[in-house]
Amino acid sequence: MTEVRIAGVGLTRFGRHPDRTGRDLFAEAALRAFEDAAVPRADLEGLNYGNFIGALAEGQGHQAPLMAEAAGLRCPATRYEEACASAGVAVREAVRTVRSGEADVVLAGGMERMTHVDTPTTTRGLATAADDLFEVRSGVTFPGAYALMARAYFDAFGGDRTDLAHIASKNHANAVDNEYAQYRREVSIEDALDAPPVATPLHLFDACPITDGASAVVIVSESYAEEHGLDAPVAVTGTGQGTDRMALGDRESLTETPAARDAATAAYEEAGIGPDDVDCAEVHDCFTIAEVLAIESLGFAEPGEGIRAARQGVTTADGDLPVNLSGGLKAKGHPVGATGAAQIAELVRLLRGDHPNSEHVADATTAVAHNAGGTVASAVVHVLEVAE
Amino acid sequence: MSSSNAGEGDEATRSGFDAWIDALAGGEGYYLESPCGHGSLPPRRVCPECGSTDLTERPLPETGTVETFTVVSVPTPTFAEDAPYVTAIATFGPVRLTGVLRGVEPDDDAIDLGLDVTVGVERRETDDERVVVFRPTG
Repeated sequence: MTEVRIAGVGLTRFGRHPDRTGRDLFAEAALRAFEDAAVPRADLEGLNYGNFIGALAEGQGHQAPLMAEAAGLRCPATRYEEACASAGVAVREAVRTVRSGEADVVLAGGMERMTHVDTPTTTRGLATAADDLFEVRSGVTFPGAYALMARAYFDAFGGDRTDLAHIASKNHANAVDNEYAQYRREVSIEDALDAPPVATPLHLFDACPITDGASAVVIVSESYAEEHGLDAPVAVTGTGQGTDRMALGDRESLTETPAARDAATAAYEEAGIGPDDVDCAEVHDCFTIAEVLAIESLGFAEPGEGIRAARQGVTTADGDLPVNLSGGLKAKGHPVGATGAAQIAELVRLLRGDHPNSEHVADATTAVAHNAGGTVASAVVHVLEVAE
Repeated sequence: MSSSNAGEGDEATRSGFDAWIDALAGGEGYYLESPCGHGSLPPRRVCPECGSTDLTERPLPETGTVETFTVVSVPTPTFAEDAPYVTAIATFGPVRLTGVLRGVEPDDDAIDLGLDVTVGVERRETDDERVVVFRPTG
């Protein structure tokens, strides 16, 4: 099997870009990735592109060829859609393509524009990640779905809004120095607790913001990297994907995300590691409770114990296992179709030592990315390791 | 009880979501049961647990139990006039339903998990469309 390296990464600043086109955002991220990788565009053999609500929010379908053109590529281009896990799947399929020997150089990434439409339109677009017949028609919003899980979790294991506020506060603190983050400001526990409700028990600072942005990652074979003398120290050593029942009510448990557990099990097995080997992680904290469910499904905490990890300092920047050093979706922002590849980009920067928060993981060699779609009916997990 | 896995014509229509809502509105709500005893909601041709295509309609239990709920303040456009409203997941025998909980104050402190509810079909305030509604028993 061909070994896979990440040759370069590129992001736009996440935030509000209502006057920019999607193609301009993606082109910025892609050109930055090409420059970082020192790979000529002519060598690209494929574009795997993630986007979720573009057809609704922008009235633009068929975005993959549009984005290939914007990035100056003429190669097969395919859009991947798995709700908020779209770019994670795009990365995974690029890894599999390179591993198979089918291609040596593939660009994976994504883009989402969300701030140019009003909040009800965005809320409706994001709600399409839930089951239309049995959830959306019964008033389930995206925050509402995670709120249903949060209350079930509190009932089953304990925990409260203050525990969740510690997750929000941690991730906001991590974003302060990240030049790509949407909200580079701290949020106190009191600020989070006093914020207005969105869908109880979740309040405003439990939720990620609405974000525009793009991400791009150049994925190459190890042999291509060696032949071309690339500086590509980070390898993708494991990838896994899981699927669950679409509607929350149809799941065996309302407090667990087995799709992510399945994805993690597969990714760990490929990499030959376990959760104890992981030095840092970027996880899909679209809501504070989602980070809890993520670290439990990744094996970093037992079921029912993840709720305390941030409050106890385990997952803070100075903790044993820093989680979401980028600021996470919570503070860095969540352009949904771009997020999965953005997590990979941030981990690559952290492991290479050129991230503003790299000092917190100076000796790190192993990192995990966890990207989820909907209420984790889809999940993708990647293991990244610094190659020998 | 008729089998719901026939492919064509009236039977296919009956296996649809609208037929299920019609039945629920008429006080004859049902779920689908596989020979292994797994419950699921229509429209469905295959049991998602065991893969059986031999699905039989069974009457929903008259009361369910609220497992979790949320008071939604930021709605989608189709619930704009309904907010704040309560969405809940309630267990009815072998299946869970998701619906709007009415007959309670939309307030965390006014609602207890484990609340017993009935299920029916009412109208959304926003656009008069049908919605699955739970109400406390008694």
